[in-house]
Amino acid sequence: MENKKGNSLWNFFASVKLALVTLFVLAVASIIGTIVPQKEEAARYIELYGENIAKFFQVLDIQDMYNSWWFVSMLVLFSLNLIVCTIERLPHIWKVVHQDNLATTNPERLGKMAMRRHFSGEMSLEQASGRVETAMRKAGWSLSQAAKDGGILFFSQKGAYTRLGVIIVHVSILVIFTGALIGSFYGYKASVLIPEGGETSQVYQSNNQHTAIPLAFTVRCNDFQLTYYDTGMPKEYRSDLIVSKGGDKLYEKSIVVNDPMQFGGLTFYQSSYQPVQGQFAVQIVNDTTKAAQKFFIPARQENKWLSEKVVFGITDLSGPDMMKRYQYKVWFSDDKAAPSEFWINEGGTAKIKRTDTTYTFTAQPRFATGLQVVKDPGVWTVYSGCIMMILGLFVIFFMSHRRVWVFVTGDGKKASILVSGMSNKNKIGFEKNMDAIYDSFADDASLTALPQ
Amino acid sequence: MNSSQLLGFTTFAYLFASILYIAIFIFRAQKIGLVASVVTLLGFLGHTAGFAMRWIESYQMGYGHAPLSNMYESLVFFAWSIAIFYLWLEWKFKNRLIGAFAIPFAFFSMAYASFASEIDGQIKPLVPALQSNWLIAHVMTCFIGYAAFAVAGGIGVMYLLKDSYEEGQKQRGAEAGGLFSTLPALRVIDDIIYKCIIFGFVWLSTGIITGAIWANEAWGTYWSWDPKETWSLITWFVYAAALHARFVKGWSGKRIAWIAIIGVFSVVFTYYGVNFLLSGLHSYGRPD
Repeated sequence: MENKKGNSLWNFFASVKLALVTLFVLAVASIIGTIVPQKEEAARYIELYGENIAKFFQVLDIQDMYNSWWFVSMLVLFSLNLIVCTIERLPHIWKVVHQDNLATTNPERLGKMAMRRHFSGEMSLEQASGRVETAMRKAGWSLSQAAKDGGILFFSQKGAYTRLGVIIVHVSILVIFTGALIGSFYGYKASVLIPEGGETSQVYQSNNQHTAIPLAFTVRCNDFQLTYYDTGMPKEYRSDLIVSKGGDKLYEKSIVVNDPMQFGGLTFYQSSYQPVQGQFAVQIVNDTTKAAQKFFIPARQENKWLSEKVVFGITDLSGPDMMKRYQYKVWFSDDKAAPSEFWINEGGTAKIKRTDTTYTFTAQPRFATGLQVVKDPGVWTVYSGCIMMILGLFVIFFMSHRRVWVFVTGDGKKASILVSGMSNKNKIGFEKNMDAIYDSFADDASLTALPQ
Repeated sequence: MNSSQLLGFTTFAYLFASILYIAIFIFRAQKIGLVASVVTLLGFLGHTAGFAMRWIESYQMGYGHAPLSNMYESLVFFAWSIAIFYLWLEWKFKNRLIGAFAIPFAFFSMAYASFASEIDGQIKPLVPALQSNWLIAHVMTCFIGYAAFAVAGGIGVMYLLKDSYEEGQKQRGAEAGGLFSTLPALRVIDDIIYKCIIFGFVWLSTGIITGAIWANEAWGTYWSWDPKETWSLITWFVYAAALHARFVKGWSGKRIAWIAIIGVFSVVFTYYGVNFLLSGLHSYGRPD
């Protein structure tokens, strides 16, 4: 305790007052960050608050407040406060947890404890000790003993380690912060847009420069499907992804929101989508032979499905209608009869009857799927911190350190037994423990309970 | 019986129970205590049945999900949490007078859910972002925490009323008696308040954590300083400060009662204000 960095500086960092002040400042600052929009364009702040305030905001980094130097400094201060408080209080708590209660207890104090009961029996000291051991064991407490003040002092405790609950909770916050630091130094957040049928081997960091980050593999989006409920609300955004390297397929997964793909230390999340301007995704299936092919085509272009000797194209567009959907005019021919021409809804299906077979034709906009790509080696550290916090809170609030003493004195013919106990929390629960102990003694026919 | 009917019955049961509890308090009519408790319990059973019915009805409509997905459903669950938390408190502390300061919250939550024009009670399918089991864990833990804090705030009001009444009586040199004498001793009320805060704090911590884990599964980031996340943290700070004030600085009594009441404002803003007054991932309305 003596060689810490200067008494008053240490005490400053060890104070609860500092904790309350830091929490207060962090809370107020955080509130400001929810009212002033974050990470918007500079023009937006001028628009909302005028030139002068916008300039002031820029100096203090208010537009990215939670990453600003002063906010981060407050978090650092908070962490130092936590660390120093923990180091300061741990030795004392450790001492109490490991205290030799037999050595430190003065039997005179036991007679003054709030929870106590006297018993007596016509027996020697040794016999009484045996009775005590039996009764306590029956009640579920294991004893240690020592000769003291002419009698025998017994001691039992449960939950001594629960006093460390407070330390666990405070350290858990530091563990969470550490996980966050690991993530920000060794990880990144990026995004990428992959058109259906397209692929990418790099992603773009979500910072101002959108720095390109190369991947050790290629990710291809085979298909993107948007489905809706009958109410018109989106039901599912699904991307069928294939991971490959040098032409070899390494992994594939269909991802939806809440079910990302993990590969190569990265996680790929279904984040957004957008239509690829002027492009359409067409699927044609020969209903007889089941031959199927997918095409990505622009409008007003002739396209060939060579193996089927089919030529087709989207010749016109109409819309958007009230539901913001388009309709496509399709031209389709297999050189065996006159071409089929029809209108189809965006996302709709048409059955094209030809001379010797029917084709199923579907057309929708070609989409590009928006993926969020994250590398975060700190996540499991953060999760561990979270679990630690919950366990620590449980220990603090729902467990307690309970101690029971039994002091036996006697003259060889008559023995006197004093049972007393103390708990640092949950007195009512502990009273029930003590009642069970008293009952255990009362059950012993050779002992008499004395009036309170 | 459909879920709307059951929940409608519940709303009126809580109103009736609130009136009864307040009557017990004002008229010192201890004898109707049992009636108040039974009415609350019946309302709660109807409430539970209504919640289950709505869950089943969503499956019958073809897009089944737990009824925890929008403002209406969360208000209903919030009221349910208050009711069950209060019933447990009433049983544990054997005191019906707390009811006057707790059940009205359950009633207001149900009434607001049912009658406010801006709250849509229709069963709707889940959008992709909500299609996760974390929805249940996160929403339930948060709202049980909110309920405990709301009740703590109500009891805080009870404390301050009794305290100022006793102060007034003392100054007048009069006997302590009258309206507030039937309330438990200030020391006991204080004990109940801080235990509610502890309970709420553990559940809110779990709520924030489940939210963070869910966010990481859905969006790749466990914390993005979204207004909802930030305000839940502020609420967490308020109650963490309350616990430190009590356990380290020994604050009790009036100060704790005040923190319990102020905390409720933070809870209300986190739950409701953020959705309607600020923008972000949890918003239903946007600022100008």
